[in-house]
Amino acid sequence: MKIVTVRRISQVFFFTFFLWFCIVTTAGQSFWQLRAWPVNWFLQLDPLVAIGTILTEHSLYRGLLWALATVVLTIIFGRFFCGWVCPFGSLHHFVGFLAHRKSPAAKKIQLNKYRKAQRIKYFILAAMLGMAALPPISATLQTGLLDPIALITRSVNLVLLPIADRAAFVTSVTQRFYEGAWLILAIFLGAVLLNLIIPRFYCRFICPLGALFALLARFAIWRIGRDKSRCIDCRFCERACEGGCEPAGTIRISECVLCFNCRHDCEHELISYQTKPSPAGEIAGPDISRRGFALSLVGGIIAAPALQLSGGLGGNWLHKTIRPPGALPEPQFLKRCIKCGQCMRVCPTNVIQPAGIEGGLENLWTPVLNNRIGSSGCQLNCVACGQVCPTSAIRPISLAEKLGTDDFADLGPIRLGTAFVDRSRCLPWAMGRACIVCQENCPVSPKAIYTQQYYETIRNGVFTIDHADATIIEIVEGSLTPGSFATGDYYCLFADNERRRITANTQSAIEIADDDITGLVVQAAKIEIQIKLKKPYVDIEKCIGCGICEHECPVSGKRAIRVSADGETRNTNHKLLL
Amino acid sequence: MTWQETPNIARRQFLRRSAKAGLAVAAAGAASYLLYDSRGPKADTGTKDLVTLADFSVPVQTHNTMSIISGANRIKTVNKAIELLGGIARFIKPNETVVIKPNVAFASPPMLGATTNPELIAAVVKLCYAAGAKRVLVTDNPINDPASCFSISGIAEAADESGAKVVFPKKRFFRPTTLTGGRLIKNWPVFSEPLENADKLIGIAPVKHHSRSGASMAMKNWYGLLGGRRNVFHQDINTIIAELSMMVKPTLVILDATEVMMTNGPTGGSLSDLKRTNTLIASCDQVAADAYACTLLGLKPRDLPYLAKAEKAGSGTIDYQSLKPKVVTVT
Repeated sequence: MKIVTVRRISQVFFFTFFLWFCIVTTAGQSFWQLRAWPVNWFLQLDPLVAIGTILTEHSLYRGLLWALATVVLTIIFGRFFCGWVCPFGSLHHFVGFLAHRKSPAAKKIQLNKYRKAQRIKYFILAAMLGMAALPPISATLQTGLLDPIALITRSVNLVLLPIADRAAFVTSVTQRFYEGAWLILAIFLGAVLLNLIIPRFYCRFICPLGALFALLARFAIWRIGRDKSRCIDCRFCERACEGGCEPAGTIRISECVLCFNCRHDCEHELISYQTKPSPAGEIAGPDISRRGFALSLVGGIIAAPALQLSGGLGGNWLHKTIRPPGALPEPQFLKRCIKCGQCMRVCPTNVIQPAGIEGGLENLWTPVLNNRIGSSGCQLNCVACGQVCPTSAIRPISLAEKLGTDDFADLGPIRLGTAFVDRSRCLPWAMGRACIVCQENCPVSPKAIYTQQYYETIRNGVFTIDHADATIIEIVEGSLTPGSFATGDYYCLFADNERRRITANTQSAIEIADDDITGLVVQAAKIEIQIKLKKPYVDIEKCIGCGICEHECPVSGKRAIRVSADGETRNTNHKLLL
Repeated sequence: MTWQETPNIARRQFLRRSAKAGLAVAAAGAASYLLYDSRGPKADTGTKDLVTLADFSVPVQTHNTMSIISGANRIKTVNKAIELLGGIARFIKPNETVVIKPNVAFASPPMLGATTNPELIAAVVKLCYAAGAKRVLVTDNPINDPASCFSISGIAEAADESGAKVVFPKKRFFRPTTLTGGRLIKNWPVFSEPLENADKLIGIAPVKHHSRSGASMAMKNWYGLLGGRRNVFHQDINTIIAELSMMVKPTLVILDATEVMMTNGPTGGSLSDLKRTNTLIASCDQVAADAYACTLLGLKPRDLPYLAKAEKAGSGTIDYQSLKPKVVTVT
């Protein structure tokens, strides 16, 4: 079999596996749902994730050890990951091939020539690693913005699969929503469409992971080389060169993605993959000056503290940044989160959403809870998000830890925040109407939302008795709407200060439940019509900030009960309880 | 070549070009004419495509309307309860499609009693199939995430194992309805799709404390057929429950009071919220079933205004004693 055929099989194989892992990142018990599937495998193979978190947190979180395999193989064989494994790379490869397959050879050779701008990716990498590395207190992990594995995982999870589900409901019985998905799609489509200009545009100019592999590949033991002696300089080897690495000239080892198209296209079989240096000469390292690299690194080192000048980690923290259960304290969280969207994909209620830039640029696409979206707040008996987080930005907590039972009874439940009743919008508090949907839906036992009962005289609610018999009172005013007080929530307050429930009313008569009130009713005496209201209160000792109340509140525009991150367990400086 | 040197187009070419231009002009004109709307859209009266739920009840048999069975084993009590009402054959005929409406409102495990007990559902599904039912569907529009509710409550598994199909709420399964004689259910979406092709409907609900209405039992269980932002109806909970009893005419309701939720309802969340009362009620009269079951929660029918409203609307009787319920203990 030809080597390029083997490469294509490998690309299809890994791409299919990648899509499959995205699909199975679904909470549930079927074979196609989250069982023992290694759904983070691609993110774990990605050394940018591993090195990024090592720089920020000085530790290598369990599955990220897979990255060592990628690093070792890259050091030995070169950038095999880019050409053979990377699903984003394979997508670019395929689209670039489709876009230019009918171009004449000369045009293709022109398209695939080496460009100075290919060095940009090294500067991006340097800046990102700079932000991650120093200074230790304000370091922030931003590799996820452009890391190709995080990018394609996020795009498939938060945009492509939800669109497919909207049409066919393959992986979800309810429609999934993701805030700001358009931006994720725009970036994804932009990256894919750039292949129409230059094949593998993203890989050549932008990809920080490719840049990292390029730095490692300079030591590669096996590498592509060209026998110059018999070469007629036809340059056909550059016709389909995926890396833009100049195999017809002095080959640039760091740019070569091991597509083997050059070897395949050389009719004289002058190109080979061996341990000897290329007879036609080679440039092992990337085409960057030490000064340029250092400048980007310093830029990154300055950028991290600059991001934090807005005070997002201090007094100006954003109350809407409600993180999933088990999320680390905010500074550590930002040192680990790679914005891959796995937690948002697996969340059965769809409440975990990609953040915008409101809480700071470093917050973009990190997971936050939006209780207005999805099928119901943070589900009490669920810890799925932490189980799939590849970097432990969200710790893999147990149900006992989340709920504060068993071994965790002393610590109490994990609080995501606290619910606050907005008394200016709440139906019983502000509008004299019964409701307490929030209290009913509070899943905590005993409920964190409790009610107190009030009787409130309705608007223009004082009436004069004309006469009465048994349980029916005729009033003088005669201005009632028939049936309007018959809901079971209205009461009559009599002169004896007792309230009796109204069961029916006409324009001028009110019927009272059961009690005979003949003795109480004096002509011309006043009665008051009152409504019995239960008004909700939040017990901050019990509230866990799950947001089910906010989700269910019938005041559906701006909810009359809303969760904010005040009192969250993970940031002790946000605590409310004494 | 200059303009002068360029030969003019041929006659044939000119005619062809003119014909195409004429067709395009005609098409644009025709489209404008056909689509012209001098008034703009009318206000939405919301009366389009209204659906009315069928009457699923079976003919009344005097003194065969309600049974109250004591016992701890739900499978035994439910079998006995239905047997005493004339057997499952009275309710389910061969080749019928049966919809079972449990209460699957919350993503809560069965032991906490916030949702209908899965064993009980499986037992009823098996009875339906034994009577020759063609298909048994189990459906609800939960409050929490639907997939999680059905799976955590154990109901999805119980349905699977007993051969019933779970129908999840999807937007296209809801159609608007207006209740004749109703005040609240007007052009409101209901989960009608599974019911439209069904022959029989059985409601199976736990007996639970419910802060707003006092108790959530058989009639309140139909709340799960409402779509939209149904929570607004909590402003007038008694009327909506009474209207639900008017809208839904079930074949049978089954109330599981083997363990009742005395406090912290309707979600519960702790075993301490439950009390063992070892009772199961089957009834063709949903008002009578609720009127009896509320006594197990320590309430009187007069504490629940919706019972009087439902009785007044003709949904059934509060005076369950008048139905001469069959009271039996099974061990």
